[in-house]
Amino acid sequence: MKKIINDPKEVVNETLDGFIAAYADRFERVEAIKGIKIKEPKDKVAFVIGGGSGHEPMFAMFVGDNLADAAACGNIFASPDPNTIIKTALSVERGKGVLFVYGNYSGDNLNFELAVEMLEDMGIPSRTVRVWDDVASAPEDRKTDRRGIAGDVFVIKIGGAATGAGLSLEEAYRITAKARDHTYSIGVALAGATIPGEKKPSFTLPEDEIEFGMGVHGEPGIKRVRLQSADKIVDTLVEKILQDSGIGVQDKVCTLVNGLGSTTLAELYIMNRRLDLLLQQKGIAVHDMEVNSYITCQEMAGASITLFKLDDELQKYFDMPCWSPYYSNHR
Amino acid sequence: METLNGKDIRELLIYIAGKIIENKDYLTELDSAIGDGDHGIGMVVGMENVLEALNNLDKIPDPCTIFVLAGRSMLMSMGGASGVIFGSLFMAGAKAMVPRQELDAADLAELFQRSLEAMQTRGGAQLGDKTMVDALAPAVDAMRKNSESGIHKMLEAAAEAAYEGLEMTKSYHAKQGRAKSLGERSLGHRDAGAASTWIIFRSMAEWVKHQC
Repeated sequence: MKKIINDPKEVVNETLDGFIAAYADRFERVEAIKGIKIKEPKDKVAFVIGGGSGHEPMFAMFVGDNLADAAACGNIFASPDPNTIIKTALSVERGKGVLFVYGNYSGDNLNFELAVEMLEDMGIPSRTVRVWDDVASAPEDRKTDRRGIAGDVFVIKIGGAATGAGLSLEEAYRITAKARDHTYSIGVALAGATIPGEKKPSFTLPEDEIEFGMGVHGEPGIKRVRLQSADKIVDTLVEKILQDSGIGVQDKVCTLVNGLGSTTLAELYIMNRRLDLLLQQKGIAVHDMEVNSYITCQEMAGASITLFKLDDELQKYFDMPCWSPYYSNHR
Repeated sequence: METLNGKDIRELLIYIAGKIIENKDYLTELDSAIGDGDHGIGMVVGMENVLEALNNLDKIPDPCTIFVLAGRSMLMSMGGASGVIFGSLFMAGAKAMVPRQELDAADLAELFQRSLEAMQTRGGAQLGDKTMVDALAPAVDAMRKNSESGIHKMLEAAAEAAYEGLEMTKSYHAKQGRAKSLGERSLGHRDAGAASTWIIFRSMAEWVKHQC
């Protein structure tokens, strides 16, 4: 796979350097490690996100006002080590504890868990919310085995708002965990992706086939079928989410159609058109619709749909303004 | 050799690091078949950090402290699941032991037994899941069974058991770890983490043999 890179080993470093070059007035790198932080963290619970790189703009570029205070970045598709996580957290910690949000993957769980143990040893209270929104990745009775995908966006939005509002660590944790428990996603994959510097893709799909529920690192999905129309794909995705979440008449949701890298905005809007129609038909109120590629997987082709079920409390924090170069809310 | 002191463990770990670095391409090749191909690079990063830590010691601490130091160097630098898992291989068991100036065969067996338990608690892998546990669990078992035959014979038995465990990974469907997403498509391939584990035990046996 052709890619515009220099040294494959420097892909993450050089990405972060280029990002800082563009936004040096607001952000800076955490010294000596692969971390990004806001320049002047506020006096509040520190909100830190992180995970493997290669999914840009997630995670590094979700640092911002009323979003994350800092992001700990691993190598491509690999969790950051505890040293990176701890130093990133300490760079924005203001004596009120740290709230972490990351995707539910074994490498991330191991490294963040260790980092939290070490922070607690240093006397810094820390809580973690693992995002497990992918309904296709495990049945409902094994919810905590599910992977985190595009639902990260809503959980980070709410975590940033709750900590930004000056809530205590326990209260911010409670609301952010609730946001996680109200977030449901499922994706469809059309083509695989290649890690920068590798010759072959780490996973592939036959030219005329698509796979429902395939993970953003090629984890197997639930059903492989012939390529279908956008409407038919969206019908399948939405049906699965509604079935799993129990979201129905009189519920209110925010939605996200998220592209995985090389799927065009036009395709995503064609999907969103059908999503809107379906939700209207089912009597589900839509508070906000997002269409963008927030969590990608290199040049992987495909998209996911996320429904975020609101209640009054979550809506209050969702409506709080926030800003980052790739995600903002000014309602 | 009946016991190993801090100086021995330092040299032993430096020898292991050299052997892992030497086998980078082999590990990369194994991981490229059914993982994301970065296991060799990751292990080399970890082992280079081990070398840096162990080559810059002001004074030689007790053997368990050296193991902890080496494990921590890996764990804090590698990232991914491998960093925590291979860091814990050296660190978790050593941390749980009562500090002593020398380790005999039974102490070493206990140390790796405790590491195995800690890693399984953290990582959740069982025998047959196609992970490094498939090489480590039989190696630890062989250590316990042979701890009365002296350090060299015990480590030879452990290396042999680790190799058999590594070969067995070819016949497993991945249920955890790097190839979990491939399931039965991982059949016929060795697990790269199990290969690293085998190299570690084989290197330990070799180093002790060279001292005899």
